[in-house]
Amino acid sequence: MHAIQLSLIALGVLTSNPSSAAQVTLQEVWAMLQQQQAQIAALSEKLEATEAKLNRTETQVKITEEQLGLTVDYLADAQASNSVGRTSVGGYGELHYNAVDGEGDSGDFKEFDFHRFVLSFGHEFTDRIRFISEFELEHALVQDTDDGSNSGEVELEQAYIEMDLDENHWSRAGVFLVPVGILNETHEPPAFYGVERNDVENIIIPSTWWEAGISGGGHYASGLSWDFGVHSGLQMPTSGVNAYRVRSGRQKVSAANAEKLAYTLRLKYTGLPGLELAASYHHQSDASQLRGDGLGSGGLVSFHGIWNQGPFSLRVLWAQWNLNGDAVKLADVDEQTGWYIEPSIRLDLGGSDWGFYTRYEDLEGARSRDRFEQWEVGFNFWPADNIVLKFDYRDRQHDLQGSAGFDFQAIDLGVGYQF
Amino acid sequence: MIIGCVLTLVGAPAYAGPEVYQTPNEFIAQAFGGHAPDAQALWIKPGLRGELTEVLGHNPGLRVRYWGRGTRTVWVLDEIGKDFPITAGIVVNDGAIEDIRVLVFRESRGWEIKYRFFTRQFLNARLDHRHLTRKIDGITGATLSVRAMKRMARAALLLHEHSVASSNTLAQAR
Repeated sequence: MHAIQLSLIALGVLTSNPSSAAQVTLQEVWAMLQQQQAQIAALSEKLEATEAKLNRTETQVKITEEQLGLTVDYLADAQASNSVGRTSVGGYGELHYNAVDGEGDSGDFKEFDFHRFVLSFGHEFTDRIRFISEFELEHALVQDTDDGSNSGEVELEQAYIEMDLDENHWSRAGVFLVPVGILNETHEPPAFYGVERNDVENIIIPSTWWEAGISGGGHYASGLSWDFGVHSGLQMPTSGVNAYRVRSGRQKVSAANAEKLAYTLRLKYTGLPGLELAASYHHQSDASQLRGDGLGSGGLVSFHGIWNQGPFSLRVLWAQWNLNGDAVKLADVDEQTGWYIEPSIRLDLGGSDWGFYTRYEDLEGARSRDRFEQWEVGFNFWPADNIVLKFDYRDRQHDLQGSAGFDFQAIDLGVGYQF
Repeated sequence: MIIGCVLTLVGAPAYAGPEVYQTPNEFIAQAFGGHAPDAQALWIKPGLRGELTEVLGHNPGLRVRYWGRGTRTVWVLDEIGKDFPITAGIVVNDGAIEDIRVLVFRESRGWEIKYRFFTRQFLNARLDHRHLTRKIDGITGATLSVRAMKRMARAALLLHEHSVASSNTLAQAR
């Protein structure tokens, strides 16, 4: 209470009751007021001290907040930039079950096969230079046999350094996939239909096809892109059961004969979401790497289109080899062609994706058993994005009467993954 | 042609910086008409952590920095495509994606996601039960990069909800 108010109250008491004046003197009242004034002063001082402490605490909280934020940022940056964070590990794999009912009993077989177990390793040296690699084990087992027969393979499919030259252009040096077709570069199991890869790209292209050399390319806002590579080439055999067979010409960069290099150019358009159109041309001045054997230059032309519209998808691919040389012409395999068409639909059923497809293939390869038509129908089930279960039915009919023994119907099951 | 390729490979220009198309700061400033607000931090509390982990498929970290003014927020996020992180900037306005751009691309494949012909599919997308309301057509050979962009878009929309909710809650408390 204010000192003046106290004084007035005291005065009021003294004047209103003359008998109390003897008990409380003015001096005593003044002393009381002084005492209370001192208490008020002390309380004010304490309040100021408390306010100052509060201000200091608020400042300290802000500093702590800032330090905490800096610590979180440091930890996040450290995790992103350490050598482990800049190295990536990935892979894909697929297990197949094939039940083949061949023409006559000799073509029948049932088989489990872990067809591919692939590990990929990548490392980012800087923000524009990286290493990409892919290491593969096929058919689960590689063993040393007396006659050299061995279904298993251990292969280095990719191992290249990639450098970004600017926003639109890049270059590579090392072992890389030849830019031809659809599956040659994109063949993780969840990415295609059918337990086995389609035969056109397997036999004619021949996927998976990798070579060593240098390549470069560019991509633009219009959706156009190009790739060009100078690299090792095929060494096609010119005799035996696999004569002029393209797939048998793959050297896989294992002490690969590089007498004659090869060149591949691809143009691609992906400027409309859901649409891909591409054309590739590959040329090799001597497809067997050997002069005077009746096989000279060879060129592969391929076109493909992919169209995705809502749940529907359509893939079409055509590829043709043109081989020059007297012997290959005499063998009537100087033109080897294949094409396929594959419509499909992918639906969300019960929270998971199911895809249903059919495919028609027509091949004219080098061997009579590689000249056939095939119908295929089946489905993929993706329980999660990177896992696929597959089923398909295949019906293969050969062109030549003499090759009818290679006809078959098959049921295939598969499980595949990528990460 | 061989000489051209060799020159292309070995004669790379003295390009010292990373492959950045628009820096994060440029992207953020552009979103706010050239005057970016101060960065704020959204701490990932338990409820949000569960939702964000479901969207991203991994631990989302302790906090996310963002820039916000009015109904607009801007997020700069990183997600791994196939092998390496992709950095994307996402502008969310009133619960819908207003802009999305790849700011840093480090992958060997999937370059298509950098361009407008792909990213415009995300415009005006909202969240419906943690999924985008717009269908995004994929790109053959870039599936993992496309998925990374979709995860970042969903994460930005989710974070926007929580940042706006946080602001509203604080405003009500005051």
